[in-house]
Amino acid sequence: MSPPDDPVFNEPWEAQAFAMAVSLEAKGLFTWTEWAEALGREIKAQGERSYYECWLAALERLVEEKRLMSAAERLTRINEWDRAAKATPHGQPIELDRS
Amino acid sequence: MPHDHDHDHAHGDDHHHGSELSPIALRVKALESLLVEKGYVEPEALDTLIETYETKIGPRNGARVVAKAWSDPKYKAWLLDDATAAIASLGYTGRQGEHMVTVENTPETHNLVVCTLCSCYPWSVLGLPPVWYKAPPYRSRAVIDPRGVLTEFGLMLPDDTAISVWDSTAEIRYLVLPMRPQGTEGWSEEKLSQLVTRDSMIGTGIALAPGALL
Repeated sequence: MSPPDDPVFNEPWEAQAFAMAVSLEAKGLFTWTEWAEALGREIKAQGERSYYECWLAALERLVEEKRLMSAAERLTRINEWDRAAKATPHGQPIELDRS
Repeated sequence: MPHDHDHDHAHGDDHHHGSELSPIALRVKALESLLVEKGYVEPEALDTLIETYETKIGPRNGARVVAKAWSDPKYKAWLLDDATAAIASLGYTGRQGEHMVTVENTPETHNLVVCTLCSCYPWSVLGLPPVWYKAPPYRSRAVIDPRGVLTEFGLMLPDDTAISVWDSTAEIRYLVLPMRPQGTEGWSEEKLSQLVTRDSMIGTGIALAPGALL
């Protein structure tokens, strides 16, 4: 029998990032050619980053280019999640406090 | 939901009473929550996709395609002529609608698949690519020195076997049809499929010998 394959995703965020790109393409918000170019650009400048870090960076850039969201919106939201996480006791689900 | 003032941060030291998400997990959560709010993705659809890729799609799909081609000359002819349709007939359809091409290994020619740009890969039949397929050494060297790369995978081909390298794109994905191992006459498709490894369908390996199943 063949040996077991590598795990498909090493961490949950990799799976989420993967699924977002596949889902957006399936909805026609970008094409695979555009995706391959965006990912190819990041991989070319890969440096120390892992494959899925490049994947995420490509996705962040493409959603901005396609005007699905602005960079400012995204950065604000990152801070909101950071604050929410730090205010949530261990073991409880982290939820955004949307006021 | 009423705002709960963050008394957890009053100490101003490194000790967090709350949880902490890694910077990358924060970026993913930010992206996802915005996409969901704006109606571009549905959380349930993302979960379904992940589950499918983790459990249902993988190289076993491709192995069944290959085993069928080894057993059924008409299917093989179809697979070589119109791989997209022949593969879809077994229920394996690419979400991306990419065009599939099958390249057949023979004693004269061995085929090797790479994506030099990024990681284009025939997901519907092989699942997600292995780590080495996405790594720079393989992507750059498969084209320049395919024989050297194959040697590193433990595959020594006869000197007079030519190597064709196929560079995948977003539009075209390649599936290698490995040679059927000797000594498998009369085997069922199910049994044959067990000889078909993922690497043999990328071209960095060949199908297992019948003895490997004992």
